[in-house]
Amino acid sequence: MIEFRKDLFADERDDNLNEVGQPTRRQDILGHVTGRSPFFDDHQFDGLTHLKCVRSPHHRARIRHVDTSAAERMPGVHRVLTERDIPVNRNTLLALINFGKDDEPVLASGQVNYVGDPVVAVIADTERQARDACAAVRVDYEVLPHVLDPEEALLPDAPVVNETYPNNSFDYHEKYDHQKLRFGDVQSAFATADKIVEARYQMSPIEHAPTETNGCIAVAETNDRIACYTSTQALFFSLGTVAKVLDISTARLHFVGGTVGGGFGGKVDTVVEPLAILGCLLTGRPVRFVYDRQEEMQVSSPRGAERWYIKDGVMNDGRIVAREFRGYFDGGAYTRLSSYAVIKGTAHLPGPYTIPNVSSNVYGVYTNRTPASAMRGFGITGVDFAIECQMDRVAEAVGMDPVELRLLNAYRDGDMKAHRREAKNCALIECMQVAAEKSGWAISDEFKKLSSLSGGGGERAIIPHTVTDEHGKIGSSRAPGNTIPGSGYQPAAAPSLAAAASTTYTAAPAASPMPASAPAPTHAPVSSQPPATQAPPSRTPVRPGASSAPGGTVNADSATRPATPPPSAPASRPATSARPRNNNRFSSLFGTRRR
Amino acid sequence: MSKVPVQLTLNGSDRSVFVDPGQNLLDVLRRSLGDLTPKYGCGQGTCGCCTVMIDGETRLSCLTLAESVDGCSVETVAGIGEGAQLHELQTAFMEHFAAQCGFCTTGMLMSAKHLLDNNPSPTRDDVVEAISGNICRCTGYEPIINAILDVAARRGSGRHTS
Repeated sequence: MIEFRKDLFADERDDNLNEVGQPTRRQDILGHVTGRSPFFDDHQFDGLTHLKCVRSPHHRARIRHVDTSAAERMPGVHRVLTERDIPVNRNTLLALINFGKDDEPVLASGQVNYVGDPVVAVIADTERQARDACAAVRVDYEVLPHVLDPEEALLPDAPVVNETYPNNSFDYHEKYDHQKLRFGDVQSAFATADKIVEARYQMSPIEHAPTETNGCIAVAETNDRIACYTSTQALFFSLGTVAKVLDISTARLHFVGGTVGGGFGGKVDTVVEPLAILGCLLTGRPVRFVYDRQEEMQVSSPRGAERWYIKDGVMNDGRIVAREFRGYFDGGAYTRLSSYAVIKGTAHLPGPYTIPNVSSNVYGVYTNRTPASAMRGFGITGVDFAIECQMDRVAEAVGMDPVELRLLNAYRDGDMKAHRREAKNCALIECMQVAAEKSGWAISDEFKKLSSLSGGGGERAIIPHTVTDEHGKIGSSRAPGNTIPGSGYQPAAAPSLAAAASTTYTAAPAASPMPASAPAPTHAPVSSQPPATQAPPSRTPVRPGASSAPGGTVNADSATRPATPPPSAPASRPATSARPRNNNRFSSLFGTRRR
Repeated sequence: MSKVPVQLTLNGSDRSVFVDPGQNLLDVLRRSLGDLTPKYGCGQGTCGCCTVMIDGETRLSCLTLAESVDGCSVETVAGIGEGAQLHELQTAFMEHFAAQCGFCTTGMLMSAKHLLDNNPSPTRDDVVEAISGNICRCTGYEPIINAILDVAARRGSGRHTS
């Protein structure tokens, strides 16, 4: 039963709730409990044929030759499809909104790039006949070196996974090989922080495992249209994608869907419909293409793997004054929706905390793994896991209660987020207070009194001076190891820390309290990767007011908890040095454009 | 290969069907007998979406040879209601929001019915055990467990007769 906390945000809330907390009945539940909901495979057709794919057994290989002659003679086989049968055999899902380059074939063309990459499709009367015929297809592969680790994929001599993106990273606006966020000056803040906490986090790919696997049935109607009954979550993605790769009018396609046996993001990629509809067009027979469970687990796109490096500068009183990210989204062999995951992940940084200096470089990387795509909060889930583990490590490093540490650093109304948007309608503090109360987690009285409604804004609303180079830019558009001649510049060698040196702190920024979190040898941070060599070059060494850093007095008694949270602006960010907001109206998130 | 004749009772009706040797019951129910309520989720006996009752016992129809049900009584969700009247488990699943995508629901209902047929007053643990062979990926099991317990409680209090 939902319990409402009417005492929270009473003046901001309309309590005229007609649905929340009330039992409701799904509009489709009668069909579900009677087994009559029309899933795609519940449509029955005479003369139904079945499509199965020959898939790559190699991570990466050149296709020397494909021999389908034996398969074509197998009993029950109606048609064998290869790349030559696909009218437009190159597509990317978000091409429908002009985002990214066409990089993925429907059937492999010349090369396979992951285990399970489809090479040939067979249409036969029964599934067994289709499988048998698949086994009779002869594909002559020349096995090529492959790369499965996103950081290794960014090394200069790494195998090229996806020829559309020869640097193994997604190109934003055909110019930027990663998404960059800069807010304030993390290097100076690290130099003045009491402690540095660094750690590496990673998340494996996760398969949605819907109970109904990806599949569809394509059947010719009598009006020159093809009907497609499909499990897709994205009917209009499917419609547009099929029209493009088969080069036919959308008016000839009749998609029927909406009854999805579990999706979770795993049914947005339009992987089965193009082949089934093409098969139907070429044979005139109804064609059913359904992943079996093994295919669902092996080749349907998972939530992609992620790896994150987080470095925090933290004061002894628990205030996080700087946070630096380096992140890698492993998109697998083709883009699908990973390009968007990188943007979304970057937009989430540094988590729901007010941190005055934030820097991140996030890469969408191609590896010879199953292409990754959407899944429930993708782009956020992995980095949130990393951030919250990091918060616990920070709490341990400064000897604070982990809930109190989060309360101390949480967004409040009026704070400036790292994306230069003001935080509004914050409720994290109240949420954590209630959660602590419910779970019997003791927090001290001063933290029980905190509120999202007070203590925000003011110095915490200031957009800090953000370090730029002599061109007024925040850094190279490309990682040093991936530099393409003529595109951008190499970053300068080392940042000047002259301003930081003028402070009187006895910080030990080099000492990481988390030595155990050092990367494993095989996954050591690549020396050519940012941010180490991509630190903001040639920042203006002295800013107005920097020499009398007001935060110094805060830091002097930082061993004691501040009497009245929230904290004032941290040491490295004197209020008087802040530029007017309008001088900072660029969006690193989308490269050059602001949306 | 020659077809094999199979006679069975499906939801109370006598049915005769020719099956292929090695063909599974799920395929025969869906493609030959037109009962689409059991679903194909994995074909490996791990998901429970194809759960039916054979002679009063829950069975995975994807792993049951069609030939083996000759002379048996097979029950599916298509037959658990009384004519147009829903079974009280179906009603409880609706009231408790115990289905989201609906794909696991029919198998889940068969496991639940088998439990209540044999144990009118199950504990929560009994319910969890009874549906442990049915995977749900959307709803979460809580509403399903609550719906099943609710039916048992209502039966116990005499508010419904079955």
